[in-house]
Amino acid sequence: MESSAHKFKDLAFTARRDAHLQAALGKLGSGFSLKRKEAARRLPEFEGLRDQAKTIKDHVLENLDFYLERFEERVIEGGGELHWCGDADAAQKKILDICRKANAKTVTKSKSMIGEEIAINEFLEKNNIEPIETDLGEYIIQLRGETPSHIIAPAVHLNMGQVEDTFREKHTTLEPGRKLDEPQRLLEEARSQLRDKFLNADVGITGANMLIAETGSTVLVTNEGNADLTHTLPRIHIVIATLEKVVPTLEDATSILRVLARSATGQEMSVYTTFCTGPKKSKDEDGPDEYHVILLDNGRSELLGSEFQDMLRCIRCGACLNHCPVYQTIGGHAYGWVYSGPMGAVLIPALIGLDRAGDLPNASTLCGQCEAVCPMRIPLPGLLRAWRTKQFEGSEKNTLGKILLKVWVTFVKSPKLYRGAMNFILMILEIFGRKSGGFQWLPLAKGWTQSRDFPSPAGPTFVSQWKKGLLMSDQEELQKRQKK
Amino acid sequence: MSTDREAILRRLKTKLYRDENPITDAFSRLQAPPLNIIPKRGANDLKNKVKNFIEEAEMADATVTKIEGLASLPKVITHYLASQNLPTGIRVADSLVDVNWGSQPLLSVKKGRAKGTDLVGVSRAFAGVAETGTLIYLSGEENPSTLHLLPPTHIAVLMEKDILGNYENAWTNVRLKCEKNAEGATSLPRAVSWVTGPSRSGDIEQTLLLGVHGPQRLHIVVVGNG
Ligand code: SF4
Repeated sequence: MESSAHKFKDLAFTARRDAHLQAALGKLGSGFSLKRKEAARRLPEFEGLRDQAKTIKDHVLENLDFYLERFEERVIEGGGELHWCGDADAAQKKILDICRKANAKTVTKSKSMIGEEIAINEFLEKNNIEPIETDLGEYIIQLRGETPSHIIAPAVHLNMGQVEDTFREKHTTLEPGRKLDEPQRLLEEARSQLRDKFLNADVGITGANMLIAETGSTVLVTNEGNADLTHTLPRIHIVIATLEKVVPTLEDATSILRVLARSATGQEMSVYTTFCTGPKKSKDEDGPDEYHVILLDNGRSELLGSEFQDMLRCIRCGACLNHCPVYQTIGGHAYGWVYSGPMGAVLIPALIGLDRAGDLPNASTLCGQCEAVCPMRIPLPGLLRAWRTKQFEGSEKNTLGKILLKVWVTFVKSPKLYRGAMNFILMILEIFGRKSGGFQWLPLAKGWTQSRDFPSPAGPTFVSQWKKGLLMSDQEELQKRQKK
Repeated sequence: MSTDREAILRRLKTKLYRDENPITDAFSRLQAPPLNIIPKRGANDLKNKVKNFIEEAEMADATVTKIEGLASLPKVITHYLASQNLPTGIRVADSLVDVNWGSQPLLSVKKGRAKGTDLVGVSRAFAGVAETGTLIYLSGEENPSTLHLLPPTHIAVLMEKDILGNYENAWTNVRLKCEKNAEGATSLPRAVSWVTGPSRSGDIEQTLLLGVHGPQRLHIVVVGNG
């Protein structure tokens, strides 16, 4: 997926003024968060299970090569095929290859964030294969040409009226005067539209919540049952999953499942949890003839052994989004790429590069709610801070910047020097910025001024005004600005 | 792609300093999977397990009937269908061969995998898990997965003795039933499915809606020994 993460500030600004979005986001806190709390309360072992889930995943990461090789052996032994892919391009090509060999015209898809990461839908469309999203939320946003705004509730930014408009616009063969004024009616219409697609698809593509080294199984969790129809009905089942999804045993997967749904939606267990192993057996009446697992790296191996390794424990439950004041204010699209919320702010710079992730590491108040609810105990605020530090340090090449930073640090450490220097700088900035109210170019700050204007200072520094007794109240300040 | 394979594994081994750090405990973890924390909730005698199972399943929006012996199953199903205003055509799993469907002439019974037009599927669950009211299905010729996925109404037949405390108990039974490879690793059926309540979505304004792609109704018939 193309990224617009670098435009975070603009997107966030717009999001805050979108009344529809604000109404939709308002429900998050009372919905998912409350239900999670109640589910955690009902299970005395919940906190212990979180520790256990973390320990399991840490053990996996330390032995990732071993478990992946075992997983591969077991997939092949079970009659499946496993394809290692370094990046999105390799995965796209492999999937297209499998579809072409099967002469596939249509592909049903069950929601997969990795699918979004490698933009598989656009790629298949370009190659004349029709991808059909089957998760209700994904189906709606696919019709609208949008991207998911939440990792488990992709259409959370929309209201009923918007869904109705979309169905009327896209389901053109249906009676125009039909009633669509209740969620149930919308659901029934989507269900009937998708029925035939399920039954006639040539290939089914799913993601995977986990991979099990012991058995070569892929674990799929949904509430709708769409993943099950996607892997049971077509001739070919393709699973796309990244390296870090592997867990050792059925018991280990079970422990993680115990914290997944509770953290995500507050359910005791999601409705459908399926362990898929290989193509159909000789006497089976249903199931696919071929079972392919695309094992994708796409930046994960780079995180291993780095200060961001903890992020590889993430099970994509969405709890950190649901509890994040920033996410609740601006929604998911503002983050500009596949992921959002605290996990997105940590993961996006890691996957597409800090230089393209703009202000994301700052998209947090570091309030700590995310870490408090993360079932895998990922220190999200700490990781965000680590990105901020990296951003601050600048790239390795930027030695001039580093020298200047050192100079600045020297100044900051001495209040006298600092004040003197700041007053000097302000004087310079005043002179150059007076006309337009902003700078389109500043020496040594090209990275900044390329995408935005650097605002010219509003006046003398706080300290120097205060000393002169000139400090204006906010009100006066505002009036002054308005007059300008 | 074998080149990608080698490159990825090489990267992983470098990052993990595999030369200095040996693989730890991983072999034994796969050989003899250790038990992790298991919630106490399901640990009970059979009577209370059944009670827990029913409570949890109902909390997940399933409906439950308890009967004694398989003989009355066709009658119970006929009544259920009538109570829901549903037609009497049902698609039934071969795993329920012992049932005398002829005892209810009103029922029209078909066997085999479900088709898109079937309205009611009846299959037998391999186990029930008291912890969360979850049903476990193993795919196979006797129990095609489509039966509990495609028809809008699903009736699950669960023998009381198959109600277990927790998922770990169920894995033990699954391992006992399945073939092993030369190293003792279990070969699972193509699909092991845990089902907790009927299909649902909250994708439209976070309103709970039942019956998106899977069944809208899940009715569980618990069959005692009597
Ligand atoms: S970071 Fe933690 S809370 Fe956020 S999605 Fe991942 S596992 Fe869930």
